[in-house]
Amino acid sequence: MTLEGGVQYSKIAEIKGPLVVVDDVDNAAFDELVEIETSQGEKRLGKVLEVGNGKAIVQVFEGTTGLSIAGTKAKFLGKVMEMPVSKAVLGRVFDGLGRPKDGLPDPIADKFVDINGEPMNPEQREYPKDFIQTGISVIDGLMTLVRGQKLPIFSGSGMSHNLLAAQIARQASVVGKQDDFAVVFAAIGVQYSEAEYFRRSLEESGALKRSVLFLNTADDPAIERIITPRVALTVAEYLAFDLGMHVLVIMTDMTNYCEALREISAAREEVPGRKGYPGYLYTDLSTIYERAGKLRGRKGSVTQVPILSMPSDDITHPIPDLTGYITEGQIVIGRDLFRQGIYPPINILMSLSRLMKDGIGEGSTRADHSEVANQVYDAYSRAQEVRALAGIVGKSGLTEIDLKYMDVGDVFEKEFLTQAIDENRTIEETLGILWKIVSKLPKNEITKIKDKYIDQYYKEE
Amino acid sequence: MAAQGRIVWVSGPAVRADGMSEAKMYETVTVGNAKLIGEVIRLTGDVAFIQVYESTSGLKPGEPVIGTGNPLSVLLGPGIIGQLYDGIQRPLRELSKASGSFIGRGITTTPVDMTKKYHFVPTVSVGDEVTGGDILGTVKETDLIDHSIMIPPDHPSRKISNIVSEGDYNLETEIATTEKDGQTTSLKMYHRWPVRKPRPIKSRYDPIVPLITGQRVIDTFFPIAKGGTASIPGAFGTGKTVTLHQIAKWADAQVVVYIGCGERGNEMTEVLVEFPLLKDPRSGKPLMDRTVLVANTSNMPVAAREASIYTGVTIAEYYRDMGMDVVLVADSTSRWAEALREMSGRLEEMPAEEGYPSYLASRLAEFYERAGRVRTIGSPDRDGSVTLIGAVSPSGGDFTEPVTTHTMRFIKTFWALDAKLAYSRHYPSINWMNSYSGYLADIAKWWEANVRKDWLSVRSEAYGILQREDTLKEIVRLLGPEALPDEEKLILEVARMIKIGFLQQNSFDDVDTFCSPEKQFKLMKLLVDFYNRGQQAIKEGATISDIRAMPIIGSVLKARMDVKDNEIPKLDQIDNDMQEQFKKIVGVKVTN
Repeated sequence: MTLEGGVQYSKIAEIKGPLVVVDDVDNAAFDELVEIETSQGEKRLGKVLEVGNGKAIVQVFEGTTGLSIAGTKAKFLGKVMEMPVSKAVLGRVFDGLGRPKDGLPDPIADKFVDINGEPMNPEQREYPKDFIQTGISVIDGLMTLVRGQKLPIFSGSGMSHNLLAAQIARQASVVGKQDDFAVVFAAIGVQYSEAEYFRRSLEESGALKRSVLFLNTADDPAIERIITPRVALTVAEYLAFDLGMHVLVIMTDMTNYCEALREISAAREEVPGRKGYPGYLYTDLSTIYERAGKLRGRKGSVTQVPILSMPSDDITHPIPDLTGYITEGQIVIGRDLFRQGIYPPINILMSLSRLMKDGIGEGSTRADHSEVANQVYDAYSRAQEVRALAGIVGKSGLTEIDLKYMDVGDVFEKEFLTQAIDENRTIEETLGILWKIVSKLPKNEITKIKDKYIDQYYKEE
Repeated sequence: MAAQGRIVWVSGPAVRADGMSEAKMYETVTVGNAKLIGEVIRLTGDVAFIQVYESTSGLKPGEPVIGTGNPLSVLLGPGIIGQLYDGIQRPLRELSKASGSFIGRGITTTPVDMTKKYHFVPTVSVGDEVTGGDILGTVKETDLIDHSIMIPPDHPSRKISNIVSEGDYNLETEIATTEKDGQTTSLKMYHRWPVRKPRPIKSRYDPIVPLITGQRVIDTFFPIAKGGTASIPGAFGTGKTVTLHQIAKWADAQVVVYIGCGERGNEMTEVLVEFPLLKDPRSGKPLMDRTVLVANTSNMPVAAREASIYTGVTIAEYYRDMGMDVVLVADSTSRWAEALREMSGRLEEMPAEEGYPSYLASRLAEFYERAGRVRTIGSPDRDGSVTLIGAVSPSGGDFTEPVTTHTMRFIKTFWALDAKLAYSRHYPSINWMNSYSGYLADIAKWWEANVRKDWLSVRSEAYGILQREDTLKEIVRLLGPEALPDEEKLILEVARMIKIGFLQQNSFDDVDTFCSPEKQFKLMKLLVDFYNRGQQAIKEGATISDIRAMPIIGSVLKARMDVKDNEIPKLDQIDNDMQEQFKKIVGVKVTN
């Protein structure tokens, strides 16, 4: 969007935290992009958070370190923040604000797009239902990902979420379709080594030239992290809806994004919600996550796999909590499984894919998929109860059927859940193992599967 | 005269404008050169505080603000059914014609097609004395909805001076005029009504008729009455939305208003894709023919989210006034409360608990009080109802947070969703120990009169088994199940069967998705009979292992999916087989 007016230099009244208050402003707009120039001539970017009564509050993305009241100038650029997009962004590496970081010049822009995007009209959305085969049994079988979904990974510090996300990025495919795909990766305040791991992983699988990387690492300015997911999604939307590609967006770590948001909110002295996060955290996160989807009459799709680390592994913490209310399910990494050395250490009981029901079944996976998955969920949940009980009363206090469930739990973890990092299983293999687990149970216990499927697939050992 | 001021300050959805001394509280205004829609929410001197219903990106101090003179209102007339509106009744289908796949700003549209012709059949004649609420005539809005054209509720008592004859007219046609002392008023097929003002009624009835939803745990254990209120709180992933969709699909109401308030875009898309294909089980017509959707998804402007609840409930009251039973589902009232909190923060009001404004409770109370089964105003006499069902999304799944606790004060049915049940894929994850219904005693009379005389006693027996299981679970946790005598093991066994065979319900199974009252009762009776016969068998020498090995258990548990609503006698067959099998296990012991 272009605004009238535009260029203007003004004086600085106050600098606090990431904010600069500019005085004598008479022609600035809400959300307008601002260029801050230090006394040394260094230029930084910011945007207007609040404007009125001759003042503008500007949030400086690269931080306010080194700014002074006297020598600093603010230039209102007459436009909101935009990202230049074109097909040439593929294979490129950008910083957290969308500026080239690979030593190459700016890509030649096809157009400039407001990084905030606009909300998709729900009436124009196409309901996502194309099954994505990730080759990871536990995801394909029990928490199926579909094109246009937003399915986050809830993890904790030090666990193997990056391995998992990289494996999804390498293996994800839609069976029987040869479509244009792309990967957009946004590193938000993660360690350099983690970002590098993704880059290398994409390179080794030959996907790098179909990828766009946005890197804000741990040592980059924190406030920049507000922008990183937005520039990444702007590019993703362009690739998907203008160029018709199927785009997988991986964003890690959303917890760092939320912390940057909290920092700004605190500097503005806003009334905090839970744990000091602003009351509008939910709304703000939704403007990121809701950018996933498919649109009627357009070919491409934006699928999001955001990663966030749960502080103290607490799923009720505001960040995972509000994320879970927006996203279409969640993949939860379990500390217990991780400690046992299981990969991928996914706690299936806490995990869920809301769009699974429409992505599976006859015509996409197999008619019995939903029922056998339900039965395995049920059985594994029973197995966990029995294990807890066995810890107290010992195996001798268990009934015969309880012991069968314990066996189911073991087979589930060893043969179904456990998988090598480069192992790519077909959906048929995955369903085969699910039936093997169900077949450990006597038929009387199978209450969620129709008899016709039991007759067809149940194999007593 | 309409107020004409200038913007002096902008911060997100909040704008201050001066020169607004003419403005009224809750008046709608257009803001800025882009003509964004806003509403005045505070007046100080000549400064108006305005919440803007569209994105304010690019708005500048100095741009004009113009009052409309009217409070935020909805247009009420034929054409509403089947629509998808945003929070301020702009039809999203029309918006997409103007701005494509994404929602643009400053677009003006009419909520319904003003040029579409409806076949109007008058029911009054020239010279009739009429007043607010009286029916002028009817039009066929959809296959399912006979839409009564009513005189606006605030219209005074007058004589009909002119009325059109039966024929096809569009909404802008003058269909009647009324006259008194030389003053005439022109009436069309629509009128407007301010959303924050409840539409008047003649009197209220006690809510004693159940709203049948076809969901067993709701209808049998925690029923809601037509005209009643319910709240459904739950952490994410506990199946709130699926449960609400189920109610919207199968509830025996004439009109369903579904408000997606700050929720996911794809959920509204799902309704839009699915409802036209689903058939109303009673009429066989597409469900969309009785449904209105109001969608202000989470990423759409926050102020319009606040308005969406009022837009929805006003539409619901309008159809109630025609004498219909209307169900309004609001998903989620927590997001509405958050919108209140956000605006309150920008107004710099003193916050109460967790930053929510101190008037949160009174706003919730006002909303839920708009429910009720009523005698409407106007003639002929009509009875209608608005049932309000609100989802709550408590942060961290903690039911002690302000929105949940305040809501509980104003509702009578509470469906507590339980993350533990959801984790084990027990859906709907309504916890039977924490949920309650204040309508049970009244509604029991309906079941006893319409389904079976002993409904309440069978229900109490079934619920008693669940309660006893809850206490026994503590012992099992300490000592293991083998420490219990067989009579108590049977309680655990039957409680498990009730959970699997009755409480759980698969929304995605063609048969199980809706369960008729008759089938609900018979399924429950099968389980209670199984329990009583089991206890008897144990007394006569059978063991719990004998009972567990009975093949009939599988049939009982799968009956919910295997037996269709039109095959109820099959349940009697299962009952007969059960009796035979019990005879067998007891018989074996005797011969030994």
